[in-house]
Amino acid sequence: MKSLAAWLEDRTGVGSLLRAALYEHVPGGARWRYVWGSTLVFAFFVQMVTGVFLWMAYSPSGDSAWESVYFIQYHLQGGWLLRGLHHYMAQAMVVLLALHLMQVVIDGAYRAPREVNFWLGLVLMKIVLGLSLTGYLLPWDEKGYWATRVATNLMGVVPLVGEKLQALVVGGNEYGSYTLTRFFALHAGVLPALLVFFLVLHVALFRRHGLTVKQPLRRPDATFWPDQILKDAVACLAVLVVVLLLIVRPVLSGQHAIAEVTAAAHPGDYLGADLGAPADPASQYSAARPEWYFLFLFQFLKLFSGYGERGELMGAIVIPGAVMLLLFLMPLVGRWKLGRGFNIGLLGCLLLGIVLLTGQAFWDDNLARWVAKPAVPEGNQPTEKQQQSLARYEASRSYLQAVEESEETAARARELAGGLGIPPQGAISLLRGDPKTQGPKLFATHCATCHSYEDPLGRGMKPQEVSASNLYGFASRVWLAGLLDPKRIITPAYFGATKHKEGEMVGFITGEDFAKVSPADREKIVMALSAQAHLASQKDADAADAAAIAAGTELIKKKIGCIDCHRFESEGELGSAPELTGYGSREWLTGMISNPDHERFYKDRNDHMPAFAPSDNPANNRLSGHDVQLLADWLRGDWYPPHAGGGE
Amino acid sequence: MAMPPQPTAPAAHKSTARGGGRRGFFAKAVAIVVGGMVTVFPFTAGLAVFFDPLRKKSRRDKSILVTSLDAVPKDGTPRKFAVIADRQNAWNYFPKEPIGAVYLRRVSDSDKVEALNVICPHAGCFVGFSPQRKEYLCPCHTSAFAIDGELISGPSPRGLDTLRCEVRDIDGRQEVWVTFEDFYTGTAEKKAKA
Repeated sequence: MKSLAAWLEDRTGVGSLLRAALYEHVPGGARWRYVWGSTLVFAFFVQMVTGVFLWMAYSPSGDSAWESVYFIQYHLQGGWLLRGLHHYMAQAMVVLLALHLMQVVIDGAYRAPREVNFWLGLVLMKIVLGLSLTGYLLPWDEKGYWATRVATNLMGVVPLVGEKLQALVVGGNEYGSYTLTRFFALHAGVLPALLVFFLVLHVALFRRHGLTVKQPLRRPDATFWPDQILKDAVACLAVLVVVLLLIVRPVLSGQHAIAEVTAAAHPGDYLGADLGAPADPASQYSAARPEWYFLFLFQFLKLFSGYGERGELMGAIVIPGAVMLLLFLMPLVGRWKLGRGFNIGLLGCLLLGIVLLTGQAFWDDNLARWVAKPAVPEGNQPTEKQQQSLARYEASRSYLQAVEESEETAARARELAGGLGIPPQGAISLLRGDPKTQGPKLFATHCATCHSYEDPLGRGMKPQEVSASNLYGFASRVWLAGLLDPKRIITPAYFGATKHKEGEMVGFITGEDFAKVSPADREKIVMALSAQAHLASQKDADAADAAAIAAGTELIKKKIGCIDCHRFESEGELGSAPELTGYGSREWLTGMISNPDHERFYKDRNDHMPAFAPSDNPANNRLSGHDVQLLADWLRGDWYPPHAGGGE
Repeated sequence: MAMPPQPTAPAAHKSTARGGGRRGFFAKAVAIVVGGMVTVFPFTAGLAVFFDPLRKKSRRDKSILVTSLDAVPKDGTPRKFAVIADRQNAWNYFPKEPIGAVYLRRVSDSDKVEALNVICPHAGCFVGFSPQRKEYLCPCHTSAFAIDGELISGPSPRGLDTLRCEVRDIDGRQEVWVTFEDFYTGTAEKKAKA
């Protein structure tokens, strides 16, 4: 054994190298203030290890990036821990970087002969920030996608080369698979290689010059091993513990019980880093924000919002560039008598500015959580100040709403991916084909200018001026019971806000003949008509009430007089009122939304509902056939998982 | 962060190094333990993910409808059929996709059908049936198999793998159902992959 060690030493000199590393002189003994550099090296080491393992399951492409991250987070054993480590250690690294820089500046460790090493440190800082920026995009979720779009769009304001630079980074004008492959190559290849290169130089120069010793020396000199290494190791452990606490935060904060998490098939449902909804270039996302440590830049840029392109250039490029230059000049400034004080002051102001801007950004986004909507006395024209505070409140509310919606969409994407499996076109196609996700959006855009969609508690959508019925629970028993109620048919929830308020249907329901129909018979009619819709939520009820439904069907056909205007199965004629056969079914609703002027529906008695897809040529229609079906399915509460719909 | 075995400190440092003896030993022990822990931890998380494929998965041994009996030649010539099934490919789910192929052959003019996996049990190449020689031939190492899958010549350790196969009468239609499995190659024993 001994001779083997001697042979290896003779041939490689590895032993003396190790001894030189371990027995580096530490004047005045080991101290806690020397640990920051080591914790940064440790953080980078963790990122390398976890990064390579993540690489084994990650696929950088527009239709597989989110999907493979989903696979890591929710399906691979320990994937949530691996991803959580990588995600939170990246953030820890930025904090450690700031601490390291502060310590160097406060101790004046950039002074001769250590200027070059200080500059190397700043280069390393840039590389780490570059790693953060490129890594943020890779999951291809809404957050990362939109934040990266904003960041890369800012490059476009660089004079002369801006547009070309942007195209080079993005890989063209479109964000997509080629953006991902480029970002991934930067994130996992180029930048880590650069980081290793500069880190080696940084450490080599550090060894050459030795520690910047903090005077006065308190203890006798020591060596790196074991005292300083012990302190370094403990500091690294502390960093790791903080990161682990962040990973299990949902349990610590009481959001989920420990028993719930340990019993779960996939702890990734609860623990580790967030995964937002898959990126969708076609859908608005009002919560695009950079990662928290870049938030100050985002806020800083807002200060220049009134100054156009020139302002953008100042806020995004010139001033941050000038600040970086000042940092680079620190070793030279530090030569003057007051230089060190100036540098400390500069860094202090910078950090204070960053803290204030970050706080401001956080406050601006969240203020609607904590303060009430600014009141403007009625009848008064709001003052400029009031208008501003109102605008700020609205901006915050729309941000918070976007965050909430995004979380819901992310949860829905997980539910669909887990239940239906992810098709090769990617998870976004699941969301695009999901009535529960698309229905409310389509309704808000195309229907909610006239129709409301409000549950009994008043939650949902309501136009400023209602001019058509409330479609919540359309064709369900509850909804139809209201339609056939003389008191309620004239309310805005049904025909109250339409020209049908004066129409024959209202006349019939509020008239004498219908008053003679017994409540029991009315209930049967409601059941029979509602059964035509074949609603998923009423499947069991429809089966249980088959006899009553049959009786109700006979009543509609023979006794009540419905068929005087409506067609129902083999009875009555089309053309004067909507057909009752299949009323509220998918096919019926699709037809109604497509063309209410058709003789099966309102024909020339249509109040003012537009035809959304009347033409065989899709180019002439307001909505695609697919969208019409999504709307119909959503109104019927027909979505995955089956029978869980919320029509009722 | 790697903790090397403790070399003896050069004499020059001994005078300056604080606390030899018990205290120094304690510091070294704690440094090695703590340093070792933080070094190993990220590997633990990574290796958990890396070893995920070794987790027990449920075996794929469901019977699959391959074709109708009419499509299998009456004269006993084997014919190749694609096996269509739902497939989970890492994060993607492909409903009704070809997952492999089988040779089906009627046994001696009867309605009994025999199914052979097309994968050569030697090294996993895709074998083909030669109508002229009435043999299955492997393109990789020239193993040859008889029409019933028996090994005739070549390096394959066993004959072609037979698959469980039955003809079901469903509403008067004769359907061929095969339990499609992959087997480990290179061994004399036929062992299904999990």
